[in-house]
Parts: sequence; structure tokens; C-alpha cells
Amino acid sequence: MISRPAATLLLADGTLFKGYAVGKIGTTTGEICFNTGMTGYQEVFTDPSYYGQILVMTNVHIGNYGTRAIEQESDGAKIAGLVVRNFSEHYSRPMANNSLQQWLEEEGVVGISGIDTRALVRHIRNKGAMNAIISSETDELATLQARLKDTPSMAGLELASKVSTSQPYVAGPASAQFRIAALDFGIKRSILDCLIARGCVVKVFPAHTTFETMEQWQPDGYFLSNGPGDPAAMDYAVEVTQKILAADKPLFGICLGHQILARAVGIPTYKMHHGHRGLNHPVKNLRTGRGEITSQNHGFGVSLKAICAASDRVEVTHVNLNDGTVEGIRLKQHQAFSVQYHPEASPGPHDARYLFDEFVDMLKKAPVSAR
Amino acid sequence: MPKDTSIRSVLIIGSGPIVIGQACEFDYSGSQAIRSLKEEGVEVILLNSNPATIMTDPILADHVYLMPLNVASIEHILQAHKVDAVLPTMGGQTALNLAIEAGELGIWEKYGVRLIGVDLDAIELTENREAFRQLMVSKGLSVAPSYIANSYLEGMEAAQKIGFPLVIRPSYTLGGSGGSFVMREEDFPDALKRGLSMSPTHEVLVEKAVLGWKEFELELLRDAHDNVVIICAVENLDPMGIHTGDSITVAPAMTLSDTAFQRMRDEAILAMRSLGNFAGGCNIQFAINPETEELIVIEINPRVSRSSALASKATGYPIAKIAAKLALGYTLDELKNPVTKTTSALFEPALDYVIVKMPRWNFEKFHGADTRLGLQMKSVGEVMGIGRSFQEALQKACQSLENGRMGLGADRKEWIRTEDILHRLEHASEDRIFRLKDALRLGVPERTIQKLTRIDPWFIRQIKELVKLEEELMRYNVPEDIPREFFLRLKRAGYSDAQIAWLLRVGEEAVTQRRIELGLRRVYKTVDTCAAEFESNTPYFYSTFDGENESQPSDRKKIIVLGSGPNRIGQGIEFDYCCVHGLLAIKDVGYEAIMVNCNPETVSTDFDVADKLYFEPIFWEHIEEIIHLEQPDGVIVQLGGQTALKMAKTFHERGIPIVGTSFEHMDLAEDRGAFSDLLKRLDIPYPKYGVADDVDEALHIANEVTYPVLVRPSYVLGGQRMRIVINDEELERHVLSIFKHMPQNRILIDQFLERAKEAEIDAICDGEQVHIMGIMEHIEPAGIHSGDSSAVLPTYSLSVEAVNTMVEYTEKLAHALSIRGLLNVQFAVKDDKVYVIEANPRASRTTPFIAKAYDVPYLQIATKVMLGTHKLSDFNIQPRPKGYAIKVPVFSFEKFPNVDKNLGPEMRSTGEEIRFIKDLTDPFFRELDRQRYMYLTR
Repeated sequence: MISRPAATLLLADGTLFKGYAVGKIGTTTGEICFNTGMTGYQEVFTDPSYYGQILVMTNVHIGNYGTRAIEQESDGAKIAGLVVRNFSEHYSRPMANNSLQQWLEEEGVVGISGIDTRALVRHIRNKGAMNAIISSETDELATLQARLKDTPSMAGLELASKVSTSQPYVAGPASAQFRIAALDFGIKRSILDCLIARGCVVKVFPAHTTFETMEQWQPDGYFLSNGPGDPAAMDYAVEVTQKILAADKPLFGICLGHQILARAVGIPTYKMHHGHRGLNHPVKNLRTGRGEITSQNHGFGVSLKAICAASDRVEVTHVNLNDGTVEGIRLKQHQAFSVQYHPEASPGPHDARYLFDEFVDMLKKAPVSAR
Repeated sequence: MPKDTSIRSVLIIGSGPIVIGQACEFDYSGSQAIRSLKEEGVEVILLNSNPATIMTDPILADHVYLMPLNVASIEHILQAHKVDAVLPTMGGQTALNLAIEAGELGIWEKYGVRLIGVDLDAIELTENREAFRQLMVSKGLSVAPSYIANSYLEGMEAAQKIGFPLVIRPSYTLGGSGGSFVMREEDFPDALKRGLSMSPTHEVLVEKAVLGWKEFELELLRDAHDNVVIICAVENLDPMGIHTGDSITVAPAMTLSDTAFQRMRDEAILAMRSLGNFAGGCNIQFAINPETEELIVIEINPRVSRSSALASKATGYPIAKIAAKLALGYTLDELKNPVTKTTSALFEPALDYVIVKMPRWNFEKFHGADTRLGLQMKSVGEVMGIGRSFQEALQKACQSLENGRMGLGADRKEWIRTEDILHRLEHASEDRIFRLKDALRLGVPERTIQKLTRIDPWFIRQIKELVKLEEELMRYNVPEDIPREFFLRLKRAGYSDAQIAWLLRVGEEAVTQRRIELGLRRVYKTVDTCAAEFESNTPYFYSTFDGENESQPSDRKKIIVLGSGPNRIGQGIEFDYCCVHGLLAIKDVGYEAIMVNCNPETVSTDFDVADKLYFEPIFWEHIEEIIHLEQPDGVIVQLGGQTALKMAKTFHERGIPIVGTSFEHMDLAEDRGAFSDLLKRLDIPYPKYGVADDVDEALHIANEVTYPVLVRPSYVLGGQRMRIVINDEELERHVLSIFKHMPQNRILIDQFLERAKEAEIDAICDGEQVHIMGIMEHIEPAGIHSGDSSAVLPTYSLSVEAVNTMVEYTEKLAHALSIRGLLNVQFAVKDDKVYVIEANPRASRTTPFIAKAYDVPYLQIATKVMLGTHKLSDFNIQPRPKGYAIKVPVFSFEKFPNVDKNLGPEMRSTGEEIRFIKDLTDPFFRELDRQRYMYLTR
């Protein structure tokens, strides 16, 4: 409990919290959201889907086991800011190679500790997602309010291209049985690991890549990745997806990829009140009747009503057991399916990793002409 | 898969009397299971021999059998009822073992009874250590290298192959009985013999010791459709080598990365699914090598357990309640989370707080016991502290222990000799966490401490931060100097005002006053299973120092019931029974019932028993803050044993209304001198006595009242350090020993009535009428603590005159003490002369026993009388005696092989059983009666 400089957190609706600075000394803005996971903070902070978000961790101790270079979901921190109750600069894990404080500083993340995170979560739960600002440089309200005003709203925001790779790259052994073309809207490293472990080589393409460019690599199947931002602002990706479907290629999408797939067949998406972020979301697989505990991170959802109206084309395969929202779909006329949650986990339970097996099975069954 | 409608009646087997390793957590799980099954319209039949439990109450099960836990009782029940299924997973190892035994004898088959929840093969797999090991290996899971041994020779061979240090684990025993760590070869033969003899199958596992590995426990639920969820991951602060029941444990896991945790979760699910037929709650333990993060499975318990009770309280998720529904065939996705009521039961709770469980030991009751902690559980109870940080939760747990500590140290009980401290760090005993802080305070490096204790450095650093905070605090001279920000940091780190006062060497009130001036008051947060993600209206709160308070007091009339804290010898489950009935009565008269308690094993801390539950230490500062917020119409102190009662004085001084008998009158009964004066005035005989402040005085008094005399410190529980001495020499030795161990105490010396009979009465008084609930005669003569005596209800050998005299004295005392509520009076009868030994103005250990024996809800009646809403004449009390009822004490001596097992004036039993007999020719009674002098010591 070493004394740290003071810091301020201000929400767009005027709610003010005082705490202590963690990470880099500075000022940051973004949409505030909360994650209820009790492990895996480093994986969360490096998940590109969190790009532009100020993250409240409900677990009351953060930093206890330090950071470890290989437990990252991308090349670095993606969150815009961090809010915690108790921050631990000290860590005990022999396998770790850095403290969280040092890591956040190196990654340039501004954070705040000593906050009544539970009160904050209850506030967000009631009022919905909104923008916020953290500063350890100034506590002058007018300055903070002005900066906050300039922060754009998440709705209608296209962020995928900000975290996407600029150049295509290949992951996995060239000799692998299946070639997967992945559209990178902010892909997590463990998705690649899951595919590679199942005999795939993945070529990761920038978000704005055409279908034709990817086809030149002669993939056996396509993957639409997770990522940040509003899918409604991504018509470019929807068009590519429609072409993949028209070519009847095997296709798997996760999270933002799931929303893009839905939009490609005319199912609208919507901004949720405060999203699902955590490691304990119950999902029921309607095909097996089995439940699974899933890792989730999304602020937009796919319209159930629209799917019901399109039941000749789209089947709901997974539902959320808490609120009945859509968690997975399958296209009836195509070899394409997607889930709203994160079967690759990291962090979180591995209950849904079988979906990667199903994708590989789909690749195996696909007619050679379609490959 | 919906519920199996062919199951219309279920037999639940309880866990019997409280022993070390199997305490009131099974009353909690059993009670939940009964309620859960009844919600489904299932007829519930219960077998349990423990009368002090809520589960054996007629308010729960349809048919209650207070009979010994044996196959004969089961047959008796199956002959009387059509039982479709038996649920053996709610009554601990005792119930599982009984189910196995009945299964082997073909009883279940004979009566067409199905086992639900678990099948015999699954139990066998987890109990047979070799079969379990092979199964785990076949599933690709790691276990510690081990060999099974059924003989001395095999054991010696195994040790030779494995090397030292190693572990001996007997098969089919409870709470690690007979298990031990063997560090040196020369200690092995004795440990092996003991292990073999403790196992009912003469079988032990000789296992490589993974010393210093970190220990974790996962609480799981699995349903018939193979869905598995992890309700809670608990980290043991004490590493491998100390029984988890004796370890300080923390949830959520504090030092585990997601990578390590998910591997553990995957393995737990794999192991669980490999167990064959199982639907319900289970517990799995892992050890993890901190350096390499290598993982091994230690054991699985295919039933609810002490740790699932803890996990239920820690997360808010009622494991036993859901487990019972799963046993009926439901799957998790079909059930709702009972806390949020809107979200799914197929779910893994998220915590936005920390819980710390601390065991409560009673070594002072077992003189000569080996107090080092190891594989065999030795604690008698536990407490849980909840806070918004590990430090806060840890200090709240310390404040809950009821051993005079004000938190983690900073309370004058610190040690100062480094050598002694270091020795205690290496050889863990009940005080290790306190010694750890002492060591840090004296400047012992964290690394040294970590080497000696193998405790994860993160925890050590957390405690070091406390030491630093204290150093910073000591720079201030008076509380008025402490700035708000620093004061808040202290409070957030769990410091009580009393600790701050001790560090500044000022009065506690000055600290509290400053705190209130600064506006630092406790706020209350909800335990809601979901870290506030969803709305929940569960009124289950804990305090902390933070921004928002979630506990909104109602404008109803409200009454607070103070619980009895951790189980310990002399104050056990019976007081929780009393509290629960108190709550029911309060609700019944239309008031809001508010419970305060810190014992996670209890029914009273179940989230839907009271209208509002504060899971808080029974510690003045916490109680005061609750009272400040709630402004109750009264506080009940009569139901929570001595713990609650001793707070009455403070309530009285602060003008907080006490329900029932006033403080002055309670104090009159407690104060030996004033009470004797009262007896004299009422013309009631009592043994000659005196109060001494030093040895000379004691010798003088002893000679005046004449030997043998009963010597004890004043104000203790369960006759602690009470002795009968026969001469000056013994007296001197004992008095000196009391002063040494309890320097603040005065000494009471009573004339000992040799060969007297003991008897007691429990009564209710409403200010006008006195109702005698029951008159009990002890089989053993005076000199044995009443809690260790077999009490027969009603009396069987005392003369009518003596009984009438006892009733008369009770009535006189009830009026003289202006009792409103409960009164217990203890008597000695010698040569037909009745003496009053003591009077307790509160619920006694025997009140639940009488309520069960006579089938009258006495505690509810007493509570309504206390509240003043009812008079005794409002009730039609019709006791239904069935012959004689005997309360038989049960001991846990097998945990302490070297302890003198003789009984005396100091209570040592951990639990009790009820036996009904038709008449005095009953062989059970005759055997007890024949042995009545056998236990007598000097």
C-alpha cells in the first residue's frame, strides 16, 4: 500500500470518483465497461476487442500474479484505461516476469485504484454504458469535462481497422492440413493457437482485405475474428462475408465476426445496455442440450426477433441462459456458423473449445471443389 | 432432463453428533436439502441422532427419526414408510459410510430404495485410494506417487520405494483421522501402525509428500446431463501439509493465473465426469508446484462438505439446495439462481470481495495434545470474514474468533522473542498467522518467513503492509491528529478502532469518536453471486469502508439476534438452533428479523432464514455500526450463548434496548457474589464459596469451605480450567497456573459436594407465570461438567420432594431475577438436600434437546415471551414425552491420542446424541448407569 499520486475518474453523466493513480501518469478517455472475471487480467487487457474501453475489474485484487510475456492475446495492452479497487504492485508468481505496474507503464495505460468498483458497476448496470475519463494529471472538472465531451460515442464507431494487422501474416506450419483465411478485426492470439492445434495454418489478413485477395491464397475455409466497435459501421466486412457465403466456403465467426455474419444475411445488430463481459456466462447449446460456461466480451448483440423471422435461413444454435440473448447461429443454406462468445477462452473456461473441432470437421467434410 | 417424478419420498441421512471434522455444516446442508426437496413436493424422511440440529426439527422434514445412525434404524424406517430413494450425500462421511454399509447388506435392494445423488461405485472410487489413483492416471491426470498398504510389511516396503518425507492416509476415515506426515524414517513405524488401525479396512496409502506446494479446493456441481460448474475456487493460505479444515483459506484464489486456474478447472471437470453416476455437489483438491505450476489431484469428495458450506456462504450460491434438486433429476440449466431469481443456476459465481476462513481451535481443552497442525484436522469450528480486500477480510476473521483478539495483532498479545516466533513459524500451530506478523514486525525478512512457512509471498507482503501501516500510525500521538485519508486506509485494511487505540495507547472511545467526526462509517455491500452484474434482492450483507451503502433499513419494527460465533467446546450448534427459532418467532409476530453472525457452517447464516443477514463478527465495533444503521427496537442476547450475552453490558451502557430480561438482572445471575446474596435472601442453599485475587486468599477460602473444592477462573466458557482439588498443595499449583494463563481473572472457589447428584431445569418466565420446560437428572455424579454428562429427561431417581424443591427454587429465581424469556438452573442434590449451583439467564445447551424430546417449539415460545408480544398463557403447551430421553455426550478424543481422556469439571465433549428409552430396564441406560463412576476424576 505504497502511497501513489491522486487520480480522478469522471463519467459522462457527471458521476465523480477519487482514487490513486496506477500505471502511467496521464489522462485517458473511453467507454466505461466492467468485467467480472476473477482471473486473467493480462489476457483481458491485451484483448483487442477492448480497444477504446475503460475497464472496471470487479475482482477486488488486481496485479497479484504479475504479468508474463507469453500470456498475452495481442502485442500489447488494448484497453484505454483501468479501474480497480485494490492494485498490487507486488507479485508472487515465479513464472511471471514483470509487475503489473511496470507493465502498464510500459504499455502506456492510465489507471485508477481505490475506487468503490461495486458502486460503479451498479451505476453502469442501471444507467448503461457511457464514456468516462481518468486522469492522474489534473482534477480540474472543467478540463476533464471538456476532454470527455470530445470523446466519440461507441455507437456507430468503426474500430476494427485500428487494431487490425497492417500486413498479412501467416501463423502455423505451412504443411498443415487446412488453410484458413482469417479476417483480422482484432484477433486474439489464442484463436490462432486453437486453430493451429487442430491442424490448420492461418493467414491473417487486414480488416479491409477483399475476398478476391484472400482467395488467391486458396484457403480451405474462412474465419471472421472478434474485435472492437460497432458492426453496423462495417459494411466493408459484411460485403466480403457475403462473397464468402456466395462461394459456399466453410466459415466460422467469433464475437464481432458473429455479428458480421448475421448482418451479412440481413440480421440486424444492436447496442446492448451494458454488454456481457466476464468468464461466467452460461450458454446452452440447443443441439446437444448441454450447458457451457463461457468467456464473453461484447457490447453489441444480434437480434433474436429478426432470426426468428428468418428461420428458413438461420438457426439459433446457442442461447444465453441468463437473458435469452442469441449466443450462436448456423446458416441453413451455407457451411457457416458463429458464436457471440469466446470459445478460445483465454481468459476463461475451455468448455466451448469443441467449436474449433466442429469447424475442422466442417472443413473435412467440405467438397474439394469448395476448398 | 426434468425431475424424476417417480421419486415421491426421500430418506436423508444426517451426520449425527458433532465431532472434529464433521460439524454443523451438515445441519446447514441437510436443512437446505430438506427444504429444497419439499419445494418439489417430495415427502422427506430424516434420520439423525443429533437433537441440537435444525434439520431434525418438525418444521422441516415430514418425518424425523432421532435414532442412532445404524442399519437397524434404517430398516426400522423402511418398514414404517414407503421410501423411494435415499439421499446419502448431505450427511458427510458418516452418511456415506452408512449408505455403503446398508448397500452391502442388501437393505436398499430389499426395500426397493434407489440411491440418488451418487451411486455406491462412485463413493467406492473416491474412498478407495488406490482405485482413485488408477482412475486419475487413466484419465491423464497427475497424482502424487503412492502405494497402498494393508499390512505393516507392505507399508514399510512402500516407504522404502517413496522415500521421506511422505504421507500416510488411512482409507475410509473422517477429517484425516490417523493420517500423518512423516519427515524422518524413525517416526514411520508408529505412524504406520496408527494409520492402519484407524482405517476400518486396515488400509493406508503411503504417498510422497508434496511439501510446500500450494493447495486449492474447487467446489463443483454436476448434474445428470454431465453439466459441471465450478461454484468456488478456494486457496489455502497454508500450503500442503496442513489439513484444509485447519488451514486459513481464501476465496477467490488470490495468486492463481488464468492459465493455471483453467488447467485446474479442466482437470476437475474431467475427474468429476469420470466418476460414474453422480448428481450433486462435490469437492476436489489440488496441489500446485509454485515454481513449475505442475498440478496434482489430491482427493475428491462426492458429497457436500465443510468446504461446500463455506463456498455457499462465500459466494451466496446455495450448493446443497441445488444439489438436492439435481439428485431428483433436474439439470442445472432448468434451475434458476435462487439469489438473483432471474439468472440461471448453470453459472459460476463472481466475487467482488474477499473471504477469509479461519479455523477455531480448542487446544486448551485437551491438555497434553499435540498442538502442531498436520494432516489430521484438529480445529472445532471456523469463522469467515468478508471484506473488500484480503487484509480487511483477514482482520475481520480475526475479530470473529472470540479469543480476545482485536484483529491480526496490534492488541497487546504479540510475541517479542524472535527465536520463539521462528520456531512457531516452522512448526505451525493455531497462532501461526499471528506469529507471522510478529516476525515481520521484528524485521525478519519476508524470504526467511516464506522459507519457514512456504506461504505464498503475496500473502506475506500483504501482512507486511499492515506492519508498515502500523509504523506509520505510531507517528501520531492522538487520534485527533490522524488525517482522514490515512484513517480510511487503516479502516480499509480492516483495523478495528480497538487496535488503533492500542497502537496509540489511547482509549477505544477516543478513536471511535475521531472516526465518526471524520464521517468514516461502515457501509454494507451485498453478497449476490454475480459481482453486481445482475440485480438481486438477497438481503445478505457484509461491511466495509467504501462509497455506497446498499443496506437500506426498513421502517418496520425490527429485532436483531446475535449469533454465537464459531463452534467451540461449550458453545456449539445448539445455540444456532436457538437463534434460528428466535428468527422464526420474530418473523411470526410480524417484526423484521435481523441476524448477525460470522460462522459459515450455520443455518442462521443461510441467506433466506432471517429477513436480513449481516455476516459480521460478533465484535463490538461491528455490532455498534449495524445498530447505528438499523436502529432496531431491540437486540436479543439470550439465544447466542455466552458470546451474545457478554455484550449485554455494553448495550445497557449505550442505552440500546435488550429484549427480555434486563441487563441488571442478567448481571445479578452472572456475578457470583451478588447471586449468592440473592440465594441467601431467597433462603436457597448453595455450596460455600469464595472469590480470591491471589494464592493466599485462595488458600484461606479453600480451608474455610473445606476440601475438596472446585477451583475455576471467573467468566469462562465450558468450565475452562476448572478443577477439583483436595489439598493446599494442589490448590496452590492450580491457582498459580490460572494466573499464569489468564492473568486478568479472579478465582472462584466452591465447596465440592462429593457424590452429589446433578440436575438442571430449563424454564420460561413471562414475568407472571413460570413454565418448567424440562427437569433433567445427570447420570454421572457431580464433578463432571454438565455438558459432558448424560442427562435424563425427566428425572429418574430423585425423590418427588427434591424435584418439587427444584421447581420451587426455579420459580423463586425466575421472579427474583425478573426473567423475561429463558432461565437455566443447575442443581446439586446431596442427601435429598437441593443446592443451586448456578443460574443462566439465557438459552442453555439443553433447550433444543428438551424441545426435541417433548416436541414443543420452546424456543419460539420463549422468544415471543421475551418480545412481550405473548404471555405464556397464550400458548397451549402440550409436551409429548416418550418414556425417557437421554442426552449423551460425544467426544472427539481420537484426534488427540495422547490426551488424558478422563472427564472432570472442564467440558470436553464436542457434540451430543439423543436416545429415547421406554423405561429404566433399557440396556443402553443400564450400561450408562453402570459406568456412571467410571469417568470420575479428582
